[in-house]
Amino acid sequence: MCGTCGCGSGENGVRIQNPKDLLTHEHTHSHIDAQGLVYEHTHDDHSHKHAHTHEHVHEHEQHQRKVIDVEKDILHHNDLMAARNRGLFEAKNIFALNLVSSPGSGKTSILERTLKDLKDTIPFFVIEGDQQTLNDANRISAFDIPVVQINTGKGCHLESDTIYEALKKLDITDHAVLMIENVGNLVCPSMFDLGESKRIVIISTTEGEDKPIKYPDMFHSSDLCIINKIDLLPYVNVNLEKLKQYALKVNPKLEFIEISATTGEGMEVWFTWLKKNRNQPKN
Amino acid sequence: MHELSVALGIVKIAEEETAKAQAKYVELIELEIGALAGIDFESLHFVWPAAVKDSVLENAIKKINLLEGIAKCVDCDTIFTINHIYDSCPKCKSNFKGIIQGKELRVKALEVV
Repeated sequence: MCGTCGCGSGENGVRIQNPKDLLTHEHTHSHIDAQGLVYEHTHDDHSHKHAHTHEHVHEHEQHQRKVIDVEKDILHHNDLMAARNRGLFEAKNIFALNLVSSPGSGKTSILERTLKDLKDTIPFFVIEGDQQTLNDANRISAFDIPVVQINTGKGCHLESDTIYEALKKLDITDHAVLMIENVGNLVCPSMFDLGESKRIVIISTTEGEDKPIKYPDMFHSSDLCIINKIDLLPYVNVNLEKLKQYALKVNPKLEFIEISATTGEGMEVWFTWLKKNRNQPKN
Repeated sequence: MHELSVALGIVKIAEEETAKAQAKYVELIELEIGALAGIDFESLHFVWPAAVKDSVLENAIKKINLLEGIAKCVDCDTIFTINHIYDSCPKCKSNFKGIIQGKELRVKALEVV
């Protein structure tokens, strides 16, 4: 069963793909019959079925009941794998950013603009997370930047072990900047540490100023808030000061940068933040 | 629906602990979930049967201890209950606070047979 959504088929399962190296991933199974002949075949539909049933045997005469004090965090596995990623990033001096937002706030556009303007000075690597399609990876790949697309199927967020698998495909170099574009979702990704150096939440001016308190978890766990689409300010009814006040109520340490990925306004401030934080020693 | 990931995390822990104790299945599982942990209980109950199917938890009773949110103000040291992450200190209105309780997401105990 898929670790995120519970589905069992390849269509909806988690897929990690590179647009330049589209290899299909096949499961090879072998069966040995009574005569000792081996049959090998592949399943391309990824259906994993249990051939046996689980039955509970109730022996009523001797019930040995035992209480185990577990005291274990449920997200322990994700946190462990995130720590592994973090160790890898630190050893290779990689600055990893986890970009989170609702769908349509401009994560990919900001990324495109950033890569276009800075790719000659900073070595970038990108992990794209979406439920379906290679569209975003194709947009990034157009800049000749190494990119891997994770399709989560029905899953609503990226998890740290998937990032680790994607990293293996990326063949990331030392001193690079890794941009992880999470699945467009302002709720679920907040709980899942990927091992990133900084988490950046993106909100656009079309979204309404009370979003930070409607979806507080994401703002609580982020380091920087990028407010995108400021070129639309004359046309939308949003009070940016109010938005920032709400966000600061949730997370008093949050920093803000206002930009427009379309016109390029404010991008320099963002680039300065990126370069400054990249060079800061890790604690 | 990250609750399914959470439920599958619970199943993973229960499977490991049951195997360690050389038990067959779980009769009761006790969870501790904080009010600020970001878990929607309705969603958790909804995904539960699918997550525990064919596992040691399939017939287990699930007991959830809900822990309320408690924070300590960084500026005036007041300890207060919080219902939302954005609640400010009732005494000095500061937004700077440390969350002492309410982010828990834990398997506390298992009763295995």
